[in-house]
Amino acid sequence: MQKILMIVPAYNEEKNIRHVIADLRSCNVKVDPLIIDDGSMDNTAKVARSEGADVIVLPCNLGIGGAVQTGFKYAFENDYDIAIQFDGDGQHMACEIETLIKNVVEDKCDVAIGSRFLTATDFKSTFARKLGIKIFTIINSIIIGQRITDNTSGFRAYNRPAIKFLSRNYPDDYPEPEAIILLSKNKFRIMEVPVKMQQRQHGDSSINTLRAIYYMIKVVLAILIGVFRNVERKD
Amino acid sequence: MNHRIDILAILGSLFLCFLILELIRKKRLMERYALLWFASVLIITLFAVWRSLLDKLAAVLGIYYAPSALFLLALFCGLVLVLHFTLVISKLTEQNKTLTQSVALLKNKVDSIAEHVQCE
Repeated sequence: MQKILMIVPAYNEEKNIRHVIADLRSCNVKVDPLIIDDGSMDNTAKVARSEGADVIVLPCNLGIGGAVQTGFKYAFENDYDIAIQFDGDGQHMACEIETLIKNVVEDKCDVAIGSRFLTATDFKSTFARKLGIKIFTIINSIIIGQRITDNTSGFRAYNRPAIKFLSRNYPDDYPEPEAIILLSKNKFRIMEVPVKMQQRQHGDSSINTLRAIYYMIKVVLAILIGVFRNVERKD
Repeated sequence: MNHRIDILAILGSLFLCFLILELIRKKRLMERYALLWFASVLIITLFAVWRSLLDKLAAVLGIYYAPSALFLLALFCGLVLVLHFTLVISKLTEQNKTLTQSVALLKNKVDSIAEHVQCE
């Protein structure tokens, strides 16, 4: 039986977190939910604890990258075989975990990415967001020589070598597309798995229209520089 | 010939030198971060005092008014300093992140140990 950790980064998600934890408990696979409270101003940590989840409270806000990396460090220190990244805003579905981890459990890949776009889904979004996602697909696919359809997906599963690697190297803000380049360059096997996702239940996504331009420039720059970075994996 | 700008440059350099030394003496500036400052001040002072060197440099660069070369040099030194600061800030941010993560992980561990102790 493999030990599976759910890394759930949460920033001001007191309205969503209870539902997320309940959802994780209803999952067919036995998982340990770990909520990373990224310096929330609301009662995220308190609500999560009252639901019986393990909670790590970051004393100051590190952003999604630093928060998720804390989860990798925890998973590595506590001998987890698999770590799954799962958003605390309720858009990921626990019933998809079994599908997501299958290839990682069977050692067909080191990293599994839950993709919204592998099969025709009713994913609704703005034109700008769709364009951004398309740009990432093109850039990343050219760089790593493998077609990745959902580069911004935060629903991912990692095996132990990947956990160990990411606990030391993980990009800072908006880390998802960049992490794919980093992992691929360091010879980790990446696979995409079709999953369904929900629209957010409460609150706003961390990316609003104003930040979108900064987001695109920052991530594309990080990706392109990532190509010229040295390979860091030494195991 | 008007030497006011040269005098100003010399006075400015001397003032900056004094300020840096004073800040180090009061332990408000670490020596390792002051080194780049000293290098910059030294270069500017050297060119401000040694007018013929500045003239040569200006000639090489094709600058007609020599003191302009001094400003160019000063601007370059300033940019190097600013780049140095962003390097330091990046390093501090990285260290701050690692520390924050360690504190959070430790607190989680301490809390769970404390809980176990209470149960027993």
